[in-house]
Amino acid sequence: MRGGLNFDIAHLLAGSLVLVSFLQLYQDRLYALLNIFALHALVLALSVAWQAYVQSAPHLYVTATIALVFKAIVIPVALHRIIVQLGIHREIEKVVGVGTAMLLGMGLVALSMVVMLRVTAEADPLAREDLAFALSVVLLGLLMMVTRRNAVSQVVGFMSLENGLVLAATGAKGMPLVVEISVAFSILIAFIVIGIFLFRIRERFDTVDLQALDSRRGERQ
Amino acid sequence: MSFDALAAVLIIPAVAAGLLSVLPGYRLTARLNVIATFGTFVIALSLFFGRPPQGPYLHVDDLNNVFIVLTTFVGFTTSVFSASYIGHELEIGRLTPAFLRFYHAMYQILMFAMNLALIANNIGIMWVAIELATLTTVLMVGIYRTHEALEAAWKYFILGSVGIALALFGTILVYMAARPVIGEGLDAMVWTMLVARAAEFDPALLNVAFVFLLLGYGTKVGLAPLHAWLPDAHAEGPTPISAVLSGLLLNVALYALLRFKMLLAVNPNAVAPGPLMVTMGLISLVFAAFMLYRRRDIKRMFAYSSIEHMGIITFAFGMGGPLANFAGLLHMTMHSLTKSAIFFAVGHIAQVKGTQQIANMGGLTETNPVLGWGLVLGVVAIAGLPPLGIFMSEFLVVTSTFAREPWLAMVLVFGILIGVAALFLRLNTIAFGEPRGATAEAKASYVPMFAHLALVFIAGIYMPPALVSWFQNVAKLLG
Repeated sequence: MRGGLNFDIAHLLAGSLVLVSFLQLYQDRLYALLNIFALHALVLALSVAWQAYVQSAPHLYVTATIALVFKAIVIPVALHRIIVQLGIHREIEKVVGVGTAMLLGMGLVALSMVVMLRVTAEADPLAREDLAFALSVVLLGLLMMVTRRNAVSQVVGFMSLENGLVLAATGAKGMPLVVEISVAFSILIAFIVIGIFLFRIRERFDTVDLQALDSRRGERQ
Repeated sequence: MSFDALAAVLIIPAVAAGLLSVLPGYRLTARLNVIATFGTFVIALSLFFGRPPQGPYLHVDDLNNVFIVLTTFVGFTTSVFSASYIGHELEIGRLTPAFLRFYHAMYQILMFAMNLALIANNIGIMWVAIELATLTTVLMVGIYRTHEALEAAWKYFILGSVGIALALFGTILVYMAARPVIGEGLDAMVWTMLVARAAEFDPALLNVAFVFLLLGYGTKVGLAPLHAWLPDAHAEGPTPISAVLSGLLLNVALYALLRFKMLLAVNPNAVAPGPLMVTMGLISLVFAAFMLYRRRDIKRMFAYSSIEHMGIITFAFGMGGPLANFAGLLHMTMHSLTKSAIFFAVGHIAQVKGTQQIANMGGLTETNPVLGWGLVLGVVAIAGLPPLGIFMSEFLVVTSTFAREPWLAMVLVFGILIGVAALFLRLNTIAFGEPRGATAEAKASYVPMFAHLALVFIAGIYMPPALVSWFQNVAKLLG
């Protein structure tokens, strides 16, 4: 029953990723949020590595390593430093409360299950569960981006969204390496961009709270 | 020359970007920028005559040939405009020489990314190229480092990234749909393979994929309700970037959408993508037309006008059929030319007046006759008055819709009229009446603006038969 075990472990890891996404939703301190994001990336790395083993696709180990080194270690450490430098390790403001966010999150997961499981009825079960979980992670990342106002937590939301995309890409068996590398690479670029932005924002506004930015929104008289 | 022409469209901007990022001096770099874009344009033109064989990564067909030539042409004229615009910005100290290097390098990288997105034969590479184009424009929008510029860039970055992420999910789903039919590996992402076998794909998976792609690339096209980044990005960045954004980048995103629409059109069991595009197009059109009224910032106003016209174009392609597709293509070309011409005029006007607020502009036709009348001509063209090119294309869109869906045509005409009225209301304050604001002499290069307007004018009166048959051919291809 090797096939059964393979499936179970892949399922477990992908499911854990969704759970960690939920953990992210209700963190109200930036440090804790970063730690959970590191955990998110770690689970992703394990999941990708397991897919690499199951599909005997060695190139996926590269993707797993990138996820582990870059997203689980380098980025959280760097963001940690930025937070210290900016002195913003206070509570996160939220647009909606924890309860509402969790309920919305559950709704989104249910939605992605209904959509993906229905349309992928003929695909092999592993890919289809993976895809459903991946969509859940993507939607939860989106939810996090809209429920946070702080620039750092929006960035974390965006990165967990990208984690969901990597999960989907590795679940799609035999998808060319080009794409995986480019996803990882684009995250790198995105991160540099964000880093630059954060510093500029700090220079100009002395805050990374997007509400300060929003105050200048719209038609200026 | 076979494969070389296609590669050269990518290599020239890439090499130029490298050079421009290290070379100092405004005169030298601005000229190099112009030369590089001109070279790219000439090579793109040569694709009309000799077409390289398609490979697994790059290809050129009737559809993207039109897009490449348009992109490289507007890229070239914008670089001419940019030279004089940036010269002025350096003089008044809004840009420093270090940012100049950065600006020129980014301009070439943007050209590279757009060309790559257009000629990529692989849906993965196309996605990477569009993401690259997004990131470079984010950096350019934020280049002035003001409150507003940073806010605009951040908003653009967040919304653009979400759009891009959704598009990637859609791309993965297309691969999943293709894999059982074509087999694992690279082939299942190659465009030409996909379209050949699309009829056998799982229709349910394709449907979901298209929804993600429509939302994802639709954000980049600027379709309402995903348009929020567009007015800010246009208003706060340097004007040459506004011209390139409106004239080109929106088209590139639309091109990606059209490619996937063709995929769905081949599959008999997939949902028809037309109604979705028609709905989003009409919403964008009517919404943007009403938004035009309350604008006080001139660049923001024309940004909303871009949303309006992208709505019309998406609507036309959504209707489908040879006539509507033809009209959509024509409208896209005319809109690119006209809107970038308007932004060329607006850029110089804002420099003369020292502001972008419409309230501080007035009587331009008296104080700066060439610039003022150039803007008037541009707005007349974009409003779709005869005998200019946009009249032709809008007329075609409307009549082809009346023949098939009279009710939709009513909404379409309503939206267009609302938009036209708003534009003329504002144009009246800007171009005529008492002169207001600074009245300095404009040090402008008028050639790009009038070249575009002349092309639009000629197209309104006489379309060369070769071009007509080319567009008809593409329209048939789009189904």
